[in-house]
Amino acid sequence: MIREVSSVDLLYLVAAMRWTIFLTFLALSGGGAIGLLVAACGASKRAVLHYLARGYVSFVQGIPLLVWLFIFYFGLSILGYNLPPWIAATIGFSVYAGAFLGEIWRGALISIPKTQWEAGLSIGLTYVEQLRYVIIPQAVRVAIPPTVGFMVQLIKNTSLAAVIGFVELTREGQLTTAATFQPFTVYLIVAALYFSLCYPLTRYSRTLERQRRVAR
Amino acid sequence: MAYTFQFRDVFAQQDAIVDGLVLTLELSVGTILLGFAIGILVAAVLVYGKPWARRIAGGYVEVIRNTPLIVQLFLIFFGLPSLGLKLDVITASVIALTINLGAYTAEIVRAGFESIPKSQIEAGISLGLTGPQVFRHVILLPALKNVYPSLTSQFVLMMLATSVVSQISAAELFHAGSIIQSRTFRDFEVYTVLAILYLGLSLLMRAGFSVCFRIFFRRS
Repeated sequence: MIREVSSVDLLYLVAAMRWTIFLTFLALSGGGAIGLLVAACGASKRAVLHYLARGYVSFVQGIPLLVWLFIFYFGLSILGYNLPPWIAATIGFSVYAGAFLGEIWRGALISIPKTQWEAGLSIGLTYVEQLRYVIIPQAVRVAIPPTVGFMVQLIKNTSLAAVIGFVELTREGQLTTAATFQPFTVYLIVAALYFSLCYPLTRYSRTLERQRRVAR
Repeated sequence: MAYTFQFRDVFAQQDAIVDGLVLTLELSVGTILLGFAIGILVAAVLVYGKPWARRIAGGYVEVIRNTPLIVQLFLIFFGLPSLGLKLDVITASVIALTINLGAYTAEIVRAGFESIPKSQIEAGISLGLTGPQVFRHVILLPALKNVYPSLTSQFVLMMLATSVVSQISAAELFHAGSIIQSRTFRDFEVYTVLAILYLGLSLLMRAGFSVCFRIFFRRS
């Protein structure tokens, strides 16, 4: 049954945004945990940890997100876990975000002058303590603008979860298109909704970046 | 784990994989060349253009960078026919990928242009170089050198992103994988092979770009 795009469809699309936001939030939490580890190892002087972290980053970044999603969606099912799409998507996105966040945060860590590390060492702090009390508080200010920028990437990339059947904004758009057969209108609305999520963050990231430069 | 990996079924379909690989390469090269050209043009407008042109270029960059590639692709492939413009799969893919990459490249190259001090441009003019000469030797090449790492990372990301056009059934590598999966039901094996191929491609591209850097920017 083909029908016109109505305000009800619009409402459904807006409602589907919550799953896009939800998935972004999950990916950010999982990816943040992995990213922290990757960044700490990547900035470490221990060669093994350093190369492990760098290897993880280029490995993950060298494979399309779509392939990651399918690997976790199908891969975990052969291990005997039959996962719903949202869990597979969360794992896939966390692995993916972990690599990018790890790289961003490693950059922030190594931007802190060496003397700060040495100061921490000289008062007897361990590596983890140096990170916790001296380096991270300073690095956070450097890291926040690009992290917000990456959030925009993440929001947009959650659209790929539609492919494994997770009903977020893009998938809802596909479903609405199937019912109304007005792809142009529907995808224009979908694009506008993504824009309304991403653009404020892009602006915010830019403002933060400018403030940081002025503060220097 | 009671699972036996069986790659043989997947490798039996190597023709499909090779065809997909070729299309992925073609799409990547085409998109990178076109997107790079658009990116330089748009970046030049963003930095040196008239205010009205700047606003249009800025709008293009913001709209593209703040919406997902897959939605842009669907809009072009599924949406445009209802306005009377019907594109075949490959054309739609190239257009969507190029428009997307153009915006990202523009933003990177813009940063490169802004890194060139004004005094350097004035020095070029005072040496008697013409406008196009100044643009090429004093602005463009040094700017590209400054942003080379981010630019080439973006190109590698774009190669990986070509996998998205499988969703409008362009027969590239990822699509070939999906076909093989539906023939053999060897899900995990198929996507492992795809992962290795994509990883190999991106490592090759990175190596290629670092060789290019030495060739193009050796003198400067």
